Amino acid sequence: MTLDPTHLTISELRHMLDERELSAQELLGLHLERIEAADADVKAFLRLTTARAAEQAQAADRALRDGTAGPLAGIPMAVKDVLCVKGVETTAGSQILKGFKPPYTGTAVQRIFDAGAVMLGVTNCDEFAMGSSTENSGYFPTHNPWSLDRVPGGSSGGSAAAVAAGEATFSLGTDTGGSIRQPAALCGVIGMKPTYGRVSRYGLIAFASSLDQIGPFTRSVEDCALILQTMAGHDPLDSTCADRPNNVARGLHDGVERIRLGVPREYFEVKGMESGVRLAIQKALNTLEAAGAELVDVSLPHTDYGLAAYYIIAPAECSSNLARFDGVRYGMSEQDAQNITEAYMKTRRKGFGAEVRRRVMLGTYALSSGYYDAYYLKAQKVRTLIKQDFDDAFANCDAIVSATSPTVAFPIGSRTQDPLSMYLCDVLTLGGNLAGLPGISVPCGMSDGLPVGLQVLAPQWREDITLRVARAYELAADMRVEVALVD
Amino acid sequence: MRAVGWEVVIGMEVHVQPTTRTKMFCGCAIAPLNAPPNSHTCPVCLGLPGVLPVINKAAVEACLKTAVALNCEIPRHTKFDRKNYMYPDLPKGYQISQYDLPMSHDGHLEVGERRVRIRRVHLEEDTGKLVHAGDRLHKAWESFVDLNRAGVPLMEIVSEPDIRSAEEARDYAVALRTLLRTVGASEADMEKGQLRAEPNISVRRTGTTELGVKTELKNINSFRNLYRAIDFEVKRQIEALESGHDVVQETRGWSDAEQRTFSQRTKEFAEDYRYFPEPDLPPLELDPAWIEELRRALPELPEARRVRLVSQYALPLHDASLIAAERELADLFEGAVRAGADAKPAANWIIGEVAPGGSVPTINQLADVVKLVTSGSITRDQGREVLAESIRSQRSAGELVAERGFAQVSDESELEAIVREVIATNAKAAADYQAGKKQALGALMADLKKKAPNANPKMANEILQKLLQ
Repeated sequence: MTLDPTHLTISELRHMLDERELSAQELLGLHLERIEAADADVKAFLRLTTARAAEQAQAADRALRDGTAGPLAGIPMAVKDVLCVKGVETTAGSQILKGFKPPYTGTAVQRIFDAGAVMLGVTNCDEFAMGSSTENSGYFPTHNPWSLDRVPGGSSGGSAAAVAAGEATFSLGTDTGGSIRQPAALCGVIGMKPTYGRVSRYGLIAFASSLDQIGPFTRSVEDCALILQTMAGHDPLDSTCADRPNNVARGLHDGVERIRLGVPREYFEVKGMESGVRLAIQKALNTLEAAGAELVDVSLPHTDYGLAAYYIIAPAECSSNLARFDGVRYGMSEQDAQNITEAYMKTRRKGFGAEVRRRVMLGTYALSSGYYDAYYLKAQKVRTLIKQDFDDAFANCDAIVSATSPTVAFPIGSRTQDPLSMYLCDVLTLGGNLAGLPGISVPCGMSDGLPVGLQVLAPQWREDITLRVARAYELAADMRVEVALVD
Repeated sequence: MRAVGWEVVIGMEVHVQPTTRTKMFCGCAIAPLNAPPNSHTCPVCLGLPGVLPVINKAAVEACLKTAVALNCEIPRHTKFDRKNYMYPDLPKGYQISQYDLPMSHDGHLEVGERRVRIRRVHLEEDTGKLVHAGDRLHKAWESFVDLNRAGVPLMEIVSEPDIRSAEEARDYAVALRTLLRTVGASEADMEKGQLRAEPNISVRRTGTTELGVKTELKNINSFRNLYRAIDFEVKRQIEALESGHDVVQETRGWSDAEQRTFSQRTKEFAEDYRYFPEPDLPPLELDPAWIEELRRALPELPEARRVRLVSQYALPLHDASLIAAERELADLFEGAVRAGADAKPAANWIIGEVAPGGSVPTINQLADVVKLVTSGSITRDQGREVLAESIRSQRSAGELVAERGFAQVSDESELEAIVREVIATNAKAAADYQAGKKQALGALMADLKKKAPNANPKMANEILQKLLQ
């Protein structure tokens, strides 16, 4: 085990901080050095918040001395560019918000700050979280630390890559159709999407409101549980955030003895599934079985329709959510126009990238009078069927396991010309969003020298099961998230 | 305006600002009318990235109270929807409103002899305000956005097209205001924009059932203008149709200065608002126990009060209707009667003097004047003067009567002495009267009024005639 602090988990670092083997400010310094060394290649960060980080690290050291330190005191972390932080330029990866500094901090990030974490900076993502490769960023693409000519996945590619490259101990992302789990898989880190309604969305620049959730990237399952627990819980500012007991870490170390793991046959037959991925997953399932889990066959018969339903519902919501970016109050504003309509069109044409414009148009069309029933309403019906699929499956199992992504990280540029092939990246993850389920991706070996992710889905509000299964796998496989040695 | 051969069909859309301390979906206080622009805003009502709406319970309660008072059905499930359109006064690019599952539906309101059916009452948020150089946004050189009003709660009360004249439309709006004030749902002050009435007007040949092409009238800021605007619009439509032209479906504004309606926006193609359920707000489950509680706590409604005024005070239905239509008047009436005024004279004073005058006396001010006049202590004219002055100066009627020496002389012997003096100084007129020139009595009475202005004129007249027989 290396003792480079930039490779360690939160619990390991916390131990060192408590034992005064290291100060929060030293830890910050090491991470800034690492970023300096690696990020010119990886390009995980859009902006660094060094001054804020120094203040937070100083405060953490004080708290550690005083014995008032929160659970995340001094831990360096990164925030996806869709989460508002007061006074920090937050742009959703888009030119249209260039220069926008929110006057408030979102609930989840605030809770992380309150627990003592140190924010290093803002990470890159696909524009408005629309994409699966971070190539749709309005600024620049992020590179996979395991192979710099490949994508880190997306849309939270910067957050995943930062943790994978040793630039941050943990990071925050958002997951609308797989945007945490898929990049976690492609970058070889742990990533989790909570149950819809577990974490407040207040401060999350919305892509698709009924699907978006904030979640962590970490290097251990225990860390993942800790971050989730810190962020979770009722927020009076988000009416969709449930007032439920925060018990996500319950039974974390209880193992998988007699746990029934559902293996959905449809998830192993998806188009484009790589044999190396299938092999790695099979091996992971064997490991879990050996650890005492029972594997059961389940069926999710409407899987094929999930992608279509998702690409109606998400664009429909985004077409409305993105209407506020009109150049009137903040962000980019094209003034050279004869009238307000022309100003809107010029601002949005210049400010939004191609994929965002594509989805706004798709969504506008799907909601239009005369098409609403055929598209949006039908998609909502499919969504109900997909939820029903999961309910039926969970009648026979405690959790559902599969690959997170049908493929390993693909070369940069290889899918940008074909949106549909890009959309297929999320085929195994978006069902969890449509059904509002918690899901985690844990690394489970390599294929062609690139990480593969194992996805564990559980019924709503049962994050404890996903974490418990993931923890059992971590232990049984002696899995340790490795830092890719980019220099 | 009741043009022969034509029937007027009016449906009303009324936006009412419920009485709440804060906005519909955020914690911002409701801005007073002249607050500096954008002084009552926050990230939520500014539509900043990342913010979410939270429903204002007080607004929901006001809406439900209104719905119950309007005899509406209230469903168990209701939800909010997004109405999508882009305009600079709409910070999110959509308005949170209610589309297919409104807070309530299918009620009615009694207006005089007509029952106006209520299609729905729902909740939504107001937009901001644009201030620009020039009257139209696309021609303005520079425009400013004030978002103080953005997110202020609004109840939209939509009637069926059951209204048949401008008078009825005005009476409907007045009745609605009284109802809203009675249940405490809104101040409903039209001048302050707390009640905005938008009539949809069409005309059709008497006897036909198909609806004509309608126009919608906006920016009407008083009940009087509501009447005038509809009256104008009905005449305009009939004239157009009778001269072989069409009525164009459009939104028309009311110009107070020119006393006419003018075309604002033609609906050449229906705007597509792309309504869909607001994903940031879970559907509302309305607890029937809550609705029942609101129903029980409702005060006496104007309609019930009208019936009671007839039965309890033996008022004619016409009087009762006029008084019950305004809560303030009805309270004044009942208060004055409790304070000792007779019912019918009190009603006459309210209908004849108070209602047209505009300034409303206190219960005691009115009761005192009614009592003084009814007992014959002062004349009706003097009563009017005393009432007006007591409203103005807030002094008691008794004090004013004494100060002006209005107290009438009704003592018979005192009056007889005065009359004898009048006869003595007007011997010729007295003789003329006795000779049969009845009009000579006028001259005698005139002199009597001059000599003794406080003399009870009725009694003095009788004594005069008796003495001259």
